[in-house]
Amino acid sequence: MSSTAHGHAASVGNGHDAPAGHHHNPGFIEKYLWSTDHKMIGFQYLFTGMAMALIGGFTVYAFRMQIAFPGMSIPGYGRVTAGDYNALVTTHGTVMIFWVAMPVLIAALGNYLIPLMIGCDDMVFPRLNRLSYQIFLVSALVLISSFFVEGGAFGGAWTSYPPLSSKSQYNLTGVGSTLWVVAVALEFVAFLLGGINFVTTVMNSRAPGMKLWDVPIVVWMIVLASILFMASVGPLVAGAVMLIFDQNFHTGFFDPVKGGDPVLWQHLFWFFGHPEVYVVLLPAMGIVAEVITVFSRKRLFAQRTVIMTAIAVGIISFFVWAHHQFVAGIDPRMANVFSVTTLIISIPVAEMVFVYIGTLYGGSIRLTTPMLWALAFIAEFLLGGVTGIFLGASGADIYFHDTYFVLAHFHYTFFPIAFIAVFAAITHWFPKMFGRTLNETFGKVHFWGTVIPFNCIFIPLFVLGVRGDHRRIYDYRHFPDSMQAGMQDLRVFATLSLVVLLAFQVVFLVNFFYSMFKGPKAPANPWHANTLEWAAPSPPPHGNFPEGLPTVYRGPYEYSHPDRKEDYWPQHIAPEGA
Amino acid sequence: MIRPVATTREMTGMPTGRLAVWWVIASEIVIFGGVLGSYIMHRIGHPEWEYQAAHTNTMAGAFNTVVLLTSSLAAVLAHNAAEQKNGPKAARFLMLTCLGGFIFLVVKSVEWTNEIHHGYTLASSTFWSFYYMAAGLHGLHVIAGMVIMLFVAADARKNKELQRVENIGIYWHFVDLVWIFLFPLLYIAK
Ligand code: HEM
Ligand SMILES: [Cu+2]
Repeated sequence: MSSTAHGHAASVGNGHDAPAGHHHNPGFIEKYLWSTDHKMIGFQYLFTGMAMALIGGFTVYAFRMQIAFPGMSIPGYGRVTAGDYNALVTTHGTVMIFWVAMPVLIAALGNYLIPLMIGCDDMVFPRLNRLSYQIFLVSALVLISSFFVEGGAFGGAWTSYPPLSSKSQYNLTGVGSTLWVVAVALEFVAFLLGGINFVTTVMNSRAPGMKLWDVPIVVWMIVLASILFMASVGPLVAGAVMLIFDQNFHTGFFDPVKGGDPVLWQHLFWFFGHPEVYVVLLPAMGIVAEVITVFSRKRLFAQRTVIMTAIAVGIISFFVWAHHQFVAGIDPRMANVFSVTTLIISIPVAEMVFVYIGTLYGGSIRLTTPMLWALAFIAEFLLGGVTGIFLGASGADIYFHDTYFVLAHFHYTFFPIAFIAVFAAITHWFPKMFGRTLNETFGKVHFWGTVIPFNCIFIPLFVLGVRGDHRRIYDYRHFPDSMQAGMQDLRVFATLSLVVLLAFQVVFLVNFFYSMFKGPKAPANPWHANTLEWAAPSPPPHGNFPEGLPTVYRGPYEYSHPDRKEDYWPQHIAPEGA
Repeated sequence: MIRPVATTREMTGMPTGRLAVWWVIASEIVIFGGVLGSYIMHRIGHPEWEYQAAHTNTMAGAFNTVVLLTSSLAAVLAHNAAEQKNGPKAARFLMLTCLGGFIFLVVKSVEWTNEIHHGYTLASSTFWSFYYMAAGLHGLHVIAGMVIMLFVAADARKNKELQRVENIGIYWHFVDLVWIFLFPLLYIAK
């Protein structure tokens, strides 16, 4: 596979940018498993992420059923013990964030979209890219394997606070705890490699003529997210090493008896953990920006402001982490500082939402499936953001901390990010990815069947949280305060809504896989969009642009330009008379 | 694999390989920043650690500092040779750099063996946990740097991929720099 072995690095350095085109027919392994093509690697991440989402969904099904019907044997799982419950919750949280949101939003879409949208034929380090996926796959396998070792999967929660995470008498897990840390650490390595690739690719390999402001927002956002990840994850990598030592080699980094400090972990974790929220949020915001401009046939309102705002959010996100530790015994004066920074960061985020609404204003809106998802993202994420303000105020958080109010809050941010925005992306780029068209009716059924149950799950959980339900509780019958009139009914309602939500995902899967093979063929630019990926055939061949790599003449959002007959103006079309 | 056009573009004016090395270093800075930050916070909170720190071998540490600095000089000379397109010479200097790394590791292992014999192990107190973890993490970087350097030198000897000589040099300076922070924090502060 060396670059020179084939002896036809033909397209390189011959003066003009011709893509590396056709050539020998690769075998199955080379094409699907050992590929260095960014699109195939994007698909590998996408499908692995989808498979992991099934695990994330199945675990939540099992433990929510236990909450609604405690002690019952759950269909498809069996009886959930207290230790099982912890392992299921931990796996659910970990998988959804690290093996669904991250790989799909950043790695899958980043890999698929970046080279296409900046008009080149691949990433700058194709083999590093392949390695990144392979490490990611190993990390997923390590995590899954922890279910089958003695003591089962890790039960110390996704936040993994010591001593809960470091002592097996507390987390009721054996070697599974270390496997969990190792899996997460490998996953970080995979994303560091991938991130370096993304950032250098966008910096160095844009199409001729493409200035920084001409780079589509979604690419900007994925790059910013990669940088944010790189800048925040380091201390947690160090923390992971310390945790593994504490678990296995009797060190006491987090053990006060030995001169360590458990709160140190909380600092290391949240110094990463809060920016991580924006690591997944920014790409989702980027997707939504692309979709709403295309489907309101309007220029993105205040495009540069959005980018500057995203940068500001990234920077501020390093100064809010201790709002997760208001009850961890931090100095109340520090708590005030972090309350203020938290309220400050809500301003730029709210601004982005306003910018998107400003984009919609006066546009000719087309309610296609991707557009519905994008609009739902704005609405639902707004609720997540607003409830966050309550929690940022340290006084209120002392009451809300670790209740279902917090839980509902962060699901109102994460679900829109990891699923609603992702569905917007999949439905929007599906024709490009697979060269076929999804069924709109199925798409809309799936949309309503997801968004309505989603609210039916989490609005009751807000109410339960305010009434005092603590999170990570295995059986509320042990807590009379939590068994007051109506509370169990709300839990049952939320759980049944979850079952409905999960059932509707079948509609998506059927639509997805059926259309992939049998859907009507899609043209190159079905939505009449401007960005460069639509200039390539659907699906793009190896090398992406068979007619030569494009040159860019304008920004990505020239919709409904007054001087033009068509209401769109692709980035690569040369101006008249040029 | 056919070499994609993407790998040959240079919009920033900086070759992609070097750009990537800087990003690698950026992400490593935060990792070591986390280790050192945690250590410093603990150290401030635990003045009694100075009695533990008194048992580290300052002379060995100082010697290793000189060794690493010298090896970095060799890396600079390798870069110079590569600029003059003299691959074999660059390769020789890289081997010299590797030798420095090797001496560093030998001294380190003698030091550690000694300390472990005296009962100062990874788990004997949190000072020693930090000591072994921080220096161990750094040692892994030394080893990784040496391995990569051997590959780069093998290519350079055949006058291939000479730009990599500079890239691995930049990385090696970084590993060196980390030690410049570790040495006073672990050995001198008593
Ligand atoms: C239909 C979708 C989902 C439902 C119904 C759901 C439900 C829940 C519930 C009830 C818990 C708390 C269990 C307990 O504390 O006892 C939980 C925890 C969690 N969920 Fe979800 N979830 C969903 C999707 C997601 C998504 C998309 C993400 C992130 C991208 C996510 C991330 C988390 C995290 C991080 C935790 C905390 C785990 C822990 O306490 O260690 N969830 N989820
Ligand atoms: Cu936070």
